[in-house]
Amino acid sequence: MAGASSSVKSSRPLGKATRDAFGRALEALGESYGKLVVVDADVGNSTRTEWFGLKYPDRFFNVGIAESNQVGVAAGLAAAGHTALVSSFAAFIVCNAYDQLRMSVAYPRLNVKVVGSHAGISIGEDGASQMGIEDVSLACSLPGFVVMVPADETSAKAATAAMLAHEGPVYLRVGRPDVPKIYDADAPFTIGKANKLADGKDVTIVANGLMVAPALEAAEALASQGISARVLDMHTVKPIDRDALAAAAKDTGAIVVAEEHLAHGGLGSVVAMNVAEIHPVPIRYVNLHDSFGESGSPEALIEAYGLTAAKVAEAAKAVVAAKKS
Amino acid sequence: MKGVRKNVSESIESLKALARELRKDILKMTTEAGSGHPSSSMSAVEVVTALYFGGFLKFDGKNPKAADRDRFILSKGHAAPVLYAALAHKGVFPHEELMTLRKFGSRLEGHPNMLRLAGIEASTGSLGQGLSVGVGYALAARLAKNGSHTYVMTGDGELGQGQIWEAAASAGKYQLDNLTCIVDRNGYQQTGSALDVLNMDPIDGKFAAFGWATQVINGNDLEEVIDALKRAKATKGRPTCIVSLTKKGFGMLKLLSKLKDENFHGKPMPAKHLEEALAEVEAGLG
Repeated sequence: MAGASSSVKSSRPLGKATRDAFGRALEALGESYGKLVVVDADVGNSTRTEWFGLKYPDRFFNVGIAESNQVGVAAGLAAAGHTALVSSFAAFIVCNAYDQLRMSVAYPRLNVKVVGSHAGISIGEDGASQMGIEDVSLACSLPGFVVMVPADETSAKAATAAMLAHEGPVYLRVGRPDVPKIYDADAPFTIGKANKLADGKDVTIVANGLMVAPALEAAEALASQGISARVLDMHTVKPIDRDALAAAAKDTGAIVVAEEHLAHGGLGSVVAMNVAEIHPVPIRYVNLHDSFGESGSPEALIEAYGLTAAKVAEAAKAVVAAKKS
Repeated sequence: MKGVRKNVSESIESLKALARELRKDILKMTTEAGSGHPSSSMSAVEVVTALYFGGFLKFDGKNPKAADRDRFILSKGHAAPVLYAALAHKGVFPHEELMTLRKFGSRLEGHPNMLRLAGIEASTGSLGQGLSVGVGYALAARLAKNGSHTYVMTGDGELGQGQIWEAAASAGKYQLDNLTCIVDRNGYQQTGSALDVLNMDPIDGKFAAFGWATQVINGNDLEEVIDALKRAKATKGRPTCIVSLTKKGFGMLKLLSKLKDENFHGKPMPAKHLEEALAEVEAGLG
């Protein structure tokens, strides 16, 4: 079902999937990045690298369903002076080829861009085997990697450009379903700098990827109940924006982290590690617990696994109460 | 600087003398380090000598980052001492630096680290990864049309890694005649005979099935190695695999037999046996 599309329910207008925005951006940037090459593991029509491949066939190599070799080949191309991009499902490119990312890319700090698509439970029907829910944690554990999780089509496009402009290894996480629009076309995007989407004084919701839209919805709902919530789009997990976290902790005294990822090692872990050091405040988490996903519609799974605006608002109320006690 | 060589064909006798020097370097630096893999390094000496000093590898020790250079990737990274010895004799760094092997702050780490030292074309040591990097280099050379050739040396135990065969298939797909893989078939791996641990024979047959030209040679015979590399270079339309039949610890086989340890894996020659080992290498009897 490579070409099929699905969408996530939201009160906000729908935009394209982040994988689609990435694919179009890559295709467009192929012209100015003459040394850009793409190594595919036979999923280019799912990850959308095929659009680059159709336009630049001499710079596109499909090495088959073999992610370990895919990453190694990209390392060689990068060592020879290319910007080498590899893409597959997040579950496969990160988990299958982890030692290659570690040894052939991270250790020699080569200019390899790793794009994991179909991240999270929002891919829906294909089920747990295809759902990368640990990819951010693993990517953050690779020394020297930048790790980005954009929220919508505009930020995915900007993240793709930032990734190519950055010298060194990058992991970019993109998703399968069409997702709500968060940004206007000219919105700022800087690696390592969180975007403040709403300001507030009682609690800060730190979110990325699919959870940014529910975070904004939750903030609106909380406002009507007298709770003023700041919302940060923490699109870069590594390096994390410590200044934004410090300000959030000091200004609002309570934090909720929302992400479509396992609790262990994701944005929540990174935020907790930093806030504990800078300015400890109560934190609550909306994420995936210690289990795999399963088949179902994206909508059903998002509801069942609690990645909703209602759950974010609930967590915010709990953490505000904890702050006062 | 001691021992700097030009990258031109030299007579077989002088190459053999150089091979003996590399073996002595390997023994001395690992004994000094107190750890390392001298026997795994010594099996590969003839291939490395022929590549760097027999006129095959387009590589200038004084300009080791030249864009159109040929590449040698030591995928069996534990044999790092043979690579370091060759790079020292190419003038990449002072010969005496070999004695810093494995010490804190040295560029000569236990396994090759390309960030630390020019002339290392891939950071290796996690087995199975070098051939894929070689495919990447070969594709890049094709895009650049610069005539660069990439040589990759793997171990035989290393062939148990599935990634090797992913890489072999992709090199076959792209008909990379600017890629040569040399399998240093020294017959032993960490815990014993390579055939007993995991039989990957026939190695040449497997590569052939993926579209490679193949040769099986005595890899401790310099003339055979040189002929094989010439044939590999002349092969068009497909990559070449040279199955290089060697002896682990070649150059000190008598001593290893006396020590009742033909494998001698992952340990330096104790200082008390070093002189005997060096004398056997100098005698050049195998």
